[in-house]
Amino acid sequence: MITGRFFAAGADRRIAITILILLAVAVIVPLLNLAVSPTSGFYVPSYIVALTGKYLCYALLALALDLVWGYCGILSLGHGAFFALGGYAMGMYLMRQIGARGVYGNPILPDFMVFLNYKELPWFWTGFDHFWFAGLMVLAIPGLLAFVFGWFAFRSRVTGVYLSIITQAMTYALLLAFFRNDMGFGGNNGLTDFKDILGFNVQADATRSALFAASAVTLALAVFVTWAIVGSKYGKLLMAVRDAESRTRFLGWRAENVKLFAFTVSAVMAGIAGALYVPQVGIINPGEFEPSNSIEVVIWAAVGGRGTIVGPIIGALLVNAGKSWFTGVLPEFWLFALGGLFVAVTLLLPKGIVGMWDSWRGNAKALRAASLAEEAGIDPVVPPPPQIVRSAATRPGDWSSSSPEPQPAA
Amino acid sequence: MSKSHTILYLDGVSVSFDGFRAINNLSLVLDKGEMRAIIGPNGAGKTTMMDIVTGKTRPDEGEVFFDGQIDLTRHDEAEIAMMGIGRKFQKPTVFENHTIEENLMLALKGPRSIFPALFHRRSAAEARQIDDILGIIRLGDKRDQLAANLSHGQKQWLEIGMLLAQDPKLLLVDEPVAGMTDAETEETARLLKEIARDHSVIVVEHDMHFVRELGVKVTCLHEGSVLSEGTLDFVSADERVVEVYLGR
Ligand SMILES: Nc1ncnc2c1ncn2[C@@H]1O[C@H](COP(=O)(O)OP(=O)(O)OP(=O)(O)O)[C@@H](O)[C@H]1O
Ligand SMILES: [Mg+2]
Repeated sequence: MITGRFFAAGADRRIAITILILLAVAVIVPLLNLAVSPTSGFYVPSYIVALTGKYLCYALLALALDLVWGYCGILSLGHGAFFALGGYAMGMYLMRQIGARGVYGNPILPDFMVFLNYKELPWFWTGFDHFWFAGLMVLAIPGLLAFVFGWFAFRSRVTGVYLSIITQAMTYALLLAFFRNDMGFGGNNGLTDFKDILGFNVQADATRSALFAASAVTLALAVFVTWAIVGSKYGKLLMAVRDAESRTRFLGWRAENVKLFAFTVSAVMAGIAGALYVPQVGIINPGEFEPSNSIEVVIWAAVGGRGTIVGPIIGALLVNAGKSWFTGVLPEFWLFALGGLFVAVTLLLPKGIVGMWDSWRGNAKALRAASLAEEAGIDPVVPPPPQIVRSAATRPGDWSSSSPEPQPAA
Repeated sequence: MSKSHTILYLDGVSVSFDGFRAINNLSLVLDKGEMRAIIGPNGAGKTTMMDIVTGKTRPDEGEVFFDGQIDLTRHDEAEIAMMGIGRKFQKPTVFENHTIEENLMLALKGPRSIFPALFHRRSAAEARQIDDILGIIRLGDKRDQLAANLSHGQKQWLEIGMLLAQDPKLLLVDEPVAGMTDAETEETARLLKEIARDHSVIVVEHDMHFVRELGVKVTCLHEGSVLSEGTLDFVSADERVVEVYLGR
C-alpha cells in the first residue's frame, strides 16, 4: 500500500517536471534562435526549431492516442485521420490567407480551384478566412467524427481487433476521399504555398519560433488535462472499463459512454496537434491519412510506454529523432528499423521505456533499502520515504493520491 | 399467479446456444426479502440464469419480472444494475489495477454519468460508507493495496463489498465461497445471512456445508430447469437429485 502511494506521488512529480520542462523549452528555444548570434555556440538553427516543433506535434498526437489506448484499451489505428482533419482545417485558413498573392491572383479562390475551373468557393470553405472559425473547426471536425464513429462502434460493442480494423478503414476511406480533386481539398497535392498566419509570414524565424512555443505550451496543457482526466474518478472508471468492461456494466456504468468521451477528447487533441503541425511543415496532403501513419503513432506510444503520460511523449520524440537520423543515413532501411523496433519493444519492453525505468527504479530502491538495513543490522524493512508522511496526513477524501487534485475549469 | 409480492419472477424461460438448450422452460419465483440457495451439477444453467436476470443474455422465450412489474427482458445490463440488481461473478471479477478503496468507490451507489465522475470529489459521507464496508469485509488494513494482490478468497470478499456499496435490492451471488478456507466460508455464510436481513438474495453454491449453514429454501437446477425445491433435507433426499449428482 505504501509503495502504491509513493509511486503515485512519484508519478505526479514526474508530470509536474514534464510540464515545467515544456514551458521552459517554449521560452528558451525561441530565445536561443532569435536573440543569440548565429556564430555563438548556443545558437539554435531555425531548421532545428522547425524540426523539434514538428516532433512536439507528434508527441501531442501520441499522447492523444495513449488516452484511449493506454488508459481505455481502445487500440485506434486511425488517429492519423483526426490529426489530418485538424491539419486540413488549419490548412484551409492558411489557403484563404494567401488571398490574391497566388499564382493566378484570384482574391477568393485558392490556386488549385482556379486550376480546376471552380467558379465560386465551395460552401464548406466559407468562414475559413477567419482564424477563430478555423480554430473552432480544428476542434469540432475531429471531435464530431470521433463522436459519431464512437457512438455507433461502442454502442454496438465492437471491441478489440474489429474496432482497430474499422478505425483503420475510416482513415483509409478518408485517404481515398481526400485524394479526389472534386472533394475541394486540393486532391493529391493537398494545401500548400502558405504565406501568412495571423498576418505574420509563416516562413519567418520569429513566426516559426512562435509556432514552436505554441506547440510546447499546448503539449504542456494537454499533459495537464490528461493527468487531470486520468486522476479523476472518471479516469479510474476508464481504466476499469479497460480491465473489466462487463464488470462496470453490472455496476450500472455505461461503458460505451465512458469510451465515447475519451475517444472524442482524444480526437480533439489529435486535431489540435495536426493544426499546429501544418503551418510548421508548410503543407497538408492526403498522405497524412495514410494508414501506416496511424500505425506509426501506435509504435511511438508503445516504445515510450503506454498507459503513462510521459511515455508516449518520450516515444514520439525518440522515434522521430531516430527517423530523421536514419532517413539521412540509410533511407531505404527506415521501415525495417521501425518494424524491428516495434517487435523488439513488444518482446523485450512490453511496458515501454517508462515502464522499464519504473520497474528498474523500484528494484533498485528495494535493493538499496535492504542493503542499508543489513549494514545497520536491522530488519530489512523499507523505511517509509518522506512523501508517505504527507500522503498519510491527507484526508481520506482525496480520491487519487497525496497531491492536490487539479481543479479542471468547471 | 400473482407477481406482486415477488422480487424476481421467472416463468417458462428458455434460452439456447447454437441449438443447445442451456435453460429449458425454467420457472422460479423469489419473494421480497427472501434468500434462496441454488444448487445443481456443473452445466445445470445456474450462471446462465443469472446472465438472463442481469441482462447479459436475452431469453428466447418466457417472462422475467423484477419487483413485480419490471420486465427485465426490455432492459440492458446498466439499466438493470441501476434498478437494483447486483451481481457477484463466479470467477471473482474486481478491478485488479485499482486499490481496494477505488474498487469500492466505483461501486458506490450514486450518479452514473460521465461529467459528475469527471468532477467528483469524495464526500465525508462516501468516505464513511467505504470505511464501514471495509470493516465488514475485513479489508480495512489493505485499503490502499491493488486488488490484484489479494488472495482468491479476499477477492470474493471485495466483490461482495462492491455489492454492498452498490446497495441493490436483489443480490445474485455466484459461488461466493470457492477458494475459501473453512473459517472464511463460515464467515461468508454469516455475512450473507446478515445481508439477507434487508435484501433479497440468490446464492449459487456447490458447497453443501455452506448451503446448510445458510439454512434457507433450496432450489436444485438440472439441465436448465428446476428439478427439486424445498428445504435442504428435502432436496437432498429427493431421488432425482441424488441421481443427477451420483449418476454421472
Ligand atoms: N455464451 C454461451 N455460449 C454457449 N454455451 C453456453 C454459453 N453460456 C453457457 N453455455 C452453456 O450452457 C450450459 C450452462 O452453463 P452455466 O454456466 O449456466 O452452468 P452452471 O450451472 O453455472 O455450471 P457451473 O456449476 O459449472 O458454474 C453449459 O453447458 C455451458 O457450456
Ligand atoms: Mg456457473
